[in-house]
Amino acid sequence: MPDSSLTSQQILRKQEMGEPVYSDADEHVHRHIIMVMLENHLGALNRVINLFSQRGFNLESVAVGETNDPAISRLTLVTTGNDRIIKQVLRQLNNLVDTLAVEDLTAHEYVERELLLLRVRYTELNRPAIMNTADIFRAKVVDITTESMTFQVTGPTKKVNAFLGLMAEYGILEVARSGRIAMKRALVFGD
Amino acid sequence: MGPHRTLMSLPRSTPSSLPPHPAPGTLLSGAELLVCALEAEGVEVIFGHPGGAVIKIYDALATLNPSFQHVLVRHEQGGTHAAEGYAKATGRVGTVLVTSGPGATNCVTGIADAYMDSIPLVVFTGQVPVPAIGNDAFQETDTIGVTRSITKHSFQVRRVEDLTWMVRAAYTIARTGRPGPVVVDLPKDVLLDQAPFVIPDDTAIRARIRGYQPEVSIDPDKIAQAAAMLRQAERPLLYVGGGTLSGHADAELKQLAHTTGIPVTTTLHGLGAFPEDDPLSLGMLGMHGTWYANMAVQHCDLLIAVGARFDDRVTGKLEAWAPHAKVIHFDIDQACISKNVWCDCAIRGHVKDALAALLPHTEPLALTPWREQLAAWREQAPLTVEDDDQLRAQTVIRLLRDQTQGDAVVITDVGQHQMWTAQYFQYVHPRSHITSGGLGTMGFSLPAAMGAAFGLRAQGVDRPVLSISGDGGFVMNAQELGVIAKHRLPVKIVVINNQYLGMVRQWQELFHDERYSHTDLADTNPDFGKLAEAFGIPAYYAETPTEAQEAIDAAWTHTDGPVLIEFRVLKEDMVFPMVPAGAATEDMITARFED
Repeated sequence: MPDSSLTSQQILRKQEMGEPVYSDADEHVHRHIIMVMLENHLGALNRVINLFSQRGFNLESVAVGETNDPAISRLTLVTTGNDRIIKQVLRQLNNLVDTLAVEDLTAHEYVERELLLLRVRYTELNRPAIMNTADIFRAKVVDITTESMTFQVTGPTKKVNAFLGLMAEYGILEVARSGRIAMKRALVFGD
Repeated sequence: MGPHRTLMSLPRSTPSSLPPHPAPGTLLSGAELLVCALEAEGVEVIFGHPGGAVIKIYDALATLNPSFQHVLVRHEQGGTHAAEGYAKATGRVGTVLVTSGPGATNCVTGIADAYMDSIPLVVFTGQVPVPAIGNDAFQETDTIGVTRSITKHSFQVRRVEDLTWMVRAAYTIARTGRPGPVVVDLPKDVLLDQAPFVIPDDTAIRARIRGYQPEVSIDPDKIAQAAAMLRQAERPLLYVGGGTLSGHADAELKQLAHTTGIPVTTTLHGLGAFPEDDPLSLGMLGMHGTWYANMAVQHCDLLIAVGARFDDRVTGKLEAWAPHAKVIHFDIDQACISKNVWCDCAIRGHVKDALAALLPHTEPLALTPWREQLAAWREQAPLTVEDDDQLRAQTVIRLLRDQTQGDAVVITDVGQHQMWTAQYFQYVHPRSHITSGGLGTMGFSLPAAMGAAFGLRAQGVDRPVLSISGDGGFVMNAQELGVIAKHRLPVKIVVINNQYLGMVRQWQELFHDERYSHTDLADTNPDFGKLAEAFGIPAYYAETPTEAQEAIDAAWTHTDGPVLIEFRVLKEDMVFPMVPAGAATEDMITARFED
């Protein structure tokens, strides 16, 4: 947070000098996972997505689904930016008429998951190695032909990325990712 | 001039106090429901243009004969600007009714203008029948999609049962919080379908739009923090924007300034929020603000922003703006806080409530050295007009000011005349200055003045309406002259004719090596007097200062209808002071470069 003894313009000057206030430098740009509860109204989702291009915010992934209340959808958005940008994202999202709740999960302990479907080429020769890697990642085969296998992997994005990286050398034929979904942890032990 | 009549004390629309047209539960078509819902909403005037998709609504207007007035405009853009002028002059929500496709797209500029300047509008657009949506039907446009990023919210009425609550919700959203435009898209089949007439109450509306929470309670800790910052300040400055006027907080602002003795500078949209004949007023700040207002910003140690959004035309180069100031920001919109300039103390909520909460904690401040410094700056570089035989736009503005004593609603267009009016008109009343600030829409003034005149007439307020345009912008919506003539609106239409797109020409002279690329209008300008006369509007023109006064005197004899005055002014005059776009405020230009 900015030091309250600084004037706004001093903060901007610090920014120019690359100091960690509102700097756009890479090290001050962070990835944030934002949860939005949204009325399941006509055009509500469009307004959320449109906001990102309208205001020049980044949008890395979006996952949307109905909640236990069919009138409400839950969105998990992944965006990047410095503190100032992320605050703007949250405030602009809050301003939308159809948003019921907005929360930056990155500010809390949370669990995140992503689902990957991946079709990879295999031969009888490399099949054991592929299966071995898949076991380590607890990937499940959900479809198979004589030439290709389709795996289902769930986990944090880093795990999904790692599996993708290891499969690359065998020849990936098709990839589908769900985008992240995330939830705040209900109970946190220790610091 | 009689005593100034305040508009803000007039009641806002109170739907429940008006008897709904038909008995609740009566089976009506969607078109009839809309007309009844507008009447129940307390709408006074709507600006519209018929077409195929909304023909049933026009039929309902003819058969139901509602209490509100429908004004047939000659172009939908004119209608939208008229609704803006109406909203700004009265403090109420402006209403527009247009057909689908081109009717809706012609409104886009006006909607964008209202969005940038936080003007409450509800725009009803026709739409092809629900089953035809997406099939490229005749006059089909995805109006909701086209207007999504320039509206506060929008509704498409897919079922006739949703029509009346969506109308009420649209007005509620447009009017409350930070005001803005709302589009209601009406497919033709929904206008034909029938449903029982019901006007939902406020509780039902709040339940329908439960995610919309415009009411914010003022944080007393922040008020205490702001009061402490005020007490510590040696060189405080109030920076007042349009939110002070739309939030009806001008009385509280005046009290704050007078109690503490803090000087006041206003933005373009803040003009009128604080009387410019008050010794504490520094006039406008920013790109074409007074030199002393900008000097005050650069040297103040506390900047108190009231309903202002730190626009780039105010700040110039952010890093060099108000370098010594701590910032207190009063605003209703959370997204405006620390958007451009980081603020030390943000007070979110109704500006009126927030200032009222702060007032008991204020006391006279010892600001004598600061006030003396400001007085010295004011003396050093006052706003002046060269006194010679040539007719200058600044002279015209001063003559108009003297003629009206400032008791007028002035609607300006965009460009040099807009800045000269802002600098020289010396506004003293709230809601007396209307202009296109955020979007900078040429062609705004004439239709907006028309809308303002309708608003004042509907409210029984007798104040002269001045439309001031340049020769460039005037032509862009000149078709509305016919509407102004038909309704005998007492608008004084002023055209400041320098035969140039003057502001662009000024930039070309200053920053583009005097290459006057496509800014000369002499060959394409009409004879403005003849144009007005073709619409049945008397016209005068003036080429010298003496003629200007004579033309004004003659024009002011027309009290029961419009009149046009063309002032043929010095061709190559410039607006000074000027902070070039993106430059530091210190690098202000105060006079033409000499070779």
